[in-house]
Amino acid sequence: MSVEVKIPAVGESISSGVVSVWHKKSGDFVNEGDALFTLETDKVSTEIVAEKAGLLETKATEGQEVKIGEVVATIDDTKAPAEGKKEKKPPEEKEEPEAEKKGEEKEPVVAGADRGGPESRTSAATLSPAVRRIVEEEHVEPEKISGTGKGGRLTKGDVLAAVQERGKTEEKIEAREVQPSADGRFMRKRMSPLRRKIAAQLVMAQQTAAILTTFNECDMTAVQELRAKSQEAFTKKNRVKLGFMSFFIKASVEALKAVPSINGRIEDDDFIQNNFYDIGVAVGTERGLVVPVVRDADKKTFADLELDIAGFAVKAREGKLKIEDLQGGTFTISNGGVYGSLLSTPILNPPQSGILGMHKIMPRPIAVDGKVEIRPMMYLALSYDHRAVDGKEAVTFLIKVKECIEDPKKLPLDF
Amino acid sequence: MEKFDLVIIGSGPGGYIAAIRAGQLGLKTALVEKDKELGGTCLNVGCIPSKALLTSSDHFMFAKKEAAKHGIVIDGVHADLGKMQQRKDKVVKTFTGGVRALMKTNKVTTFEGFGTITAPGKISIKSSKGDTQEIETKNIVIATGSAAIELPFAKFDGKTIVSSTEALLFTEAPAKFLVIGAGAIGLELGSVWNRLGSEVTMLEFLPRIAVGFDLELSNLLQRSLTAQGIIFHLETKVSAVKIDNGRATATATKDGKEMKFDADKVLVSVGRRPFSEGVGAEKVGVEFDDRKRIKVDKHFRTNIEGIYAIGDVIAGPMLAHKAEDEGMACVEIIAGKSGHVNYDAIAGIIYTNPELAGVGLTEDQAKEKGIDYRVGKFPFRANSRALCNEDVDGMVKFVADAKTDRILGAHILQHAASELIAEAVSVIEFGGSSEDLGRTCHSHPTLSEAVREAALNVEKRALHIMNR
Repeated sequence: MSVEVKIPAVGESISSGVVSVWHKKSGDFVNEGDALFTLETDKVSTEIVAEKAGLLETKATEGQEVKIGEVVATIDDTKAPAEGKKEKKPPEEKEEPEAEKKGEEKEPVVAGADRGGPESRTSAATLSPAVRRIVEEEHVEPEKISGTGKGGRLTKGDVLAAVQERGKTEEKIEAREVQPSADGRFMRKRMSPLRRKIAAQLVMAQQTAAILTTFNECDMTAVQELRAKSQEAFTKKNRVKLGFMSFFIKASVEALKAVPSINGRIEDDDFIQNNFYDIGVAVGTERGLVVPVVRDADKKTFADLELDIAGFAVKAREGKLKIEDLQGGTFTISNGGVYGSLLSTPILNPPQSGILGMHKIMPRPIAVDGKVEIRPMMYLALSYDHRAVDGKEAVTFLIKVKECIEDPKKLPLDF
Repeated sequence: MEKFDLVIIGSGPGGYIAAIRAGQLGLKTALVEKDKELGGTCLNVGCIPSKALLTSSDHFMFAKKEAAKHGIVIDGVHADLGKMQQRKDKVVKTFTGGVRALMKTNKVTTFEGFGTITAPGKISIKSSKGDTQEIETKNIVIATGSAAIELPFAKFDGKTIVSSTEALLFTEAPAKFLVIGAGAIGLELGSVWNRLGSEVTMLEFLPRIAVGFDLELSNLLQRSLTAQGIIFHLETKVSAVKIDNGRATATATKDGKEMKFDADKVLVSVGRRPFSEGVGAEKVGVEFDDRKRIKVDKHFRTNIEGIYAIGDVIAGPMLAHKAEDEGMACVEIIAGKSGHVNYDAIAGIIYTNPELAGVGLTEDQAKEKGIDYRVGKFPFRANSRALCNEDVDGMVKFVADAKTDRILGAHILQHAASELIAEAVSVIEFGGSSEDLGRTCHSHPTLSEAVREAALNVEKRALHIMNR
C-alpha cells in the first residue's frame, strides 16, 4: 500500500511553507524515521521524516510553496529496497532519558547556525556568485524573486531589481519617517515589522472570529489580604514576589475546567478541544505587545507560575523570547490594569476562543450584606469566539473566575 | 517507395547533426548529400581543412620565429607543403569517415545524390550516375548551406581567380596572393599563405577589417597581421580583375585614385550566399526573403507544412555551430519536444594569430542600440601565463549592461581566443553578469585569468592592472 506524505501543522497561524530541500530523491528507498525534506515557514524550519519505510515518490519540487495538509510525496511500503542497494538503517539513536525529554519543550528543528541562515544550503548553492553576494548583503529572499535566466534562474539584474523595488516602497516611506508633513500637522512613520505583524494578527482575529465580550467584577479584598499575609514567606522561599497574575491564571484554569469550550479552537469545520492548559500572558514591551505562554498552568504551583512570568518579563525586555515561547497557547490573560484601564474589550489571540481582560483595582462603594462598603474592585472582561462558545458558558466562566478570586480557598493554594 | 519520418537535404554540420539528433529521438531518418563525402562545406572545403592548414602554418611560424626566443635552435626550418596538404586531407578523411560511422550508429539512411523536393513530402534524388529515385517523408529539413559569392567582374576560374575551396588546395605558395575581402575567410587564408611565403595583399571595401567583430579588437588584429607582413588596403573598391598569361591584375580605387595590383592568385572572399536554389523549394511554394534566404519562423518552419530549413540557407550568421544548434532544435521540435537556439550566445571566431573571437554585442552595437553599458578590458601582457608563453599579444573586452551588469558581449583577441571565448558564451547563456564571472575562481596561471580580470574591470576592480 502506498502512504501519503502530507505537510504537517507546524505551528499556529502557519498555513503554508516551502519545501526547501529534499534529503531523499524520488525512487529512493527510505526507512522509517529518515529525514525526507526540510520544510521552511516564515517562523521555523522543520525536518519532515518518513513515517513508513518504502519507495519514495516525490510530488513537490524544491522551492515549491505547499499548504498544510498538502500531499508532497508517497511512500510505497510494498516495495523492498533494491537488491544490493539495501540501505543500512543508521544505528538507533540512544534513547534520551524520559525526564530530560519532557523537561525540554519539544523544540522544532530550527534553522540554526549550522545551516547558515534562513536560506537553505541548496538554494544558496544554486545561485550565481553575484546573486549570492547580493542576497547575503541585502537580505533578500531569493525564493520570492522570479528569475529571467535560463530555466528560471535568478540573474544579477533580477535581484538588483528586487532590491530596488523593495527600496522604492520601504525607503520612500522610511525617509518620510523623519519628515513631518509640509505644514507640520502630522508625521508619517513606518511601522516596525513587529507592529505590522501584530496589526495583521488583530485584523485577522476580527475578521475570522465572532467576537463578543461579557463583563463582571470582583472584590479583591481576599486576594489582597492573602498576599499581604503570605508575601514575606513566599518571597523568601521562592525568591519571587507573589503577584495577582498567578491567582488569575489559577482561577482561569478552574473556570476553563468548568467551561471546556473556551479552552478549544475552531479549525475549518471542526472544533478542537484542548485538554491541557497553556495560558498566554500578555506582556507589554518597548517594541509592542508579546504573549509568552505558561505551559501546563494547571500542574504548576503558584511559585512556578510567578517564576515563569518573571522569566518571560526579563526575556521580553531583552528581546530574547523565542518563537516557541510564544506559540501554542490555549487561552490568554491580558492585564490592562497595569496601565490604569478600568474596562476594555480585549481582542482574541487566534485561533484561541477566549481572552480574559484584567483591569485596574479601584476602591469603589459596593453593597456588602446590605451595607455600603468601600472595597478594592476590579472589572473583568471575557472576549470569546461566539462560534465556539455560548453566551451562557462565557458568563459562567467569568462568574467562576470571580468566585475563585473572591474566595481564594477555592484555589489549590500551595504556598 | 521508402517512407521516412524525416529527410534532411544536405549533410553539412547543420544536416548531419540534425540527422544524429533525429536518430537519437527514434525518427526514421534519411540524409541526402550531393557530394561523395558527408560533411558539407565545413568538413570538406571549409572550417576543417582551413584549420588544419592554419595550425600547420602556425607551427611553422613558431619554429621559424618564436622557438629561438625559448632557447630552441632549429636550423634549416622549411615547410613541406605537400606533407602539409596530405595531413590536411587525412584530417578531413578521418572526420568525414567519422560522420559516416555516426550515421550508421544512429540508424540514419544516407543517399548520395542531388535531392530535390518535388512536392511536400516527396523528394527525388538524382545520383551522379544519372539515375533517379523517389522517397517519401513526413518532414523535410532543408540544410543545403551556402556557396561563395562571385564578383561579376572577377568570375571564379578555379585557377587564378579562386574561392576558398581552391585556396586550400595550392600545391605551392603563390608569390603574390591578392585577397579581396578582409572578413574571416580572407584573413584566415591570407594568413596561411603569408606564413608559407606569399606576399599577401588584402583589399577591403569597408574602412575596417573583420566586420561584425568589435572594432577596437579588429584594429588590434590588423596591426598584428600587418606586423606579420600582410599588406592592407582599406576603403578600396575593386572594379576589375584581368587575367593575362595566368597572372591577374586587379584595378581598384582608393581615395579617388586608381590603383593596380598584380597577383599570381586572387582569392575572392566577399561573403557567401544561401544555397537555396535547385532544391525545389521554390517549386513547392516555399517563401524566400530579399536575400534569397528561406523564410522560417521561430520553429524553423517554412510557410509550407512539413518543410523546415536550418543553417546558412536561412537568416543569421553563417556559422557551422549556429547550423548545428538549429539542426538539433529543429529536430527536437519536429519530434514534439522543445527546441531553442539562443542567438545572443553564438560566438564568431577568426582563426588568425592572434585569434579574434566575439560573442554578443560589440561596443559599437551597444552604443547604437542606446544601451547604457560599461566596458571591462584586460591586456594579455599583464597575464602570467601569456608571459610564460612569450605570447602576450591581445586583450579581453567585456560589454556589460550598466544597470543589471548582465554581460552583453565578450571579445577576445589572443592566440587561444577560440577556446577562451567558450566561458563567456556559457555565462551569457545563463544570463550571467560580469560580477558572476569575476567571482568565479580561475586556475593560476592560465590565460583564462585574463577573462576574469576583464570581467572584474567592468566594476573597476581588476587586480593586475590600473583600473580605468
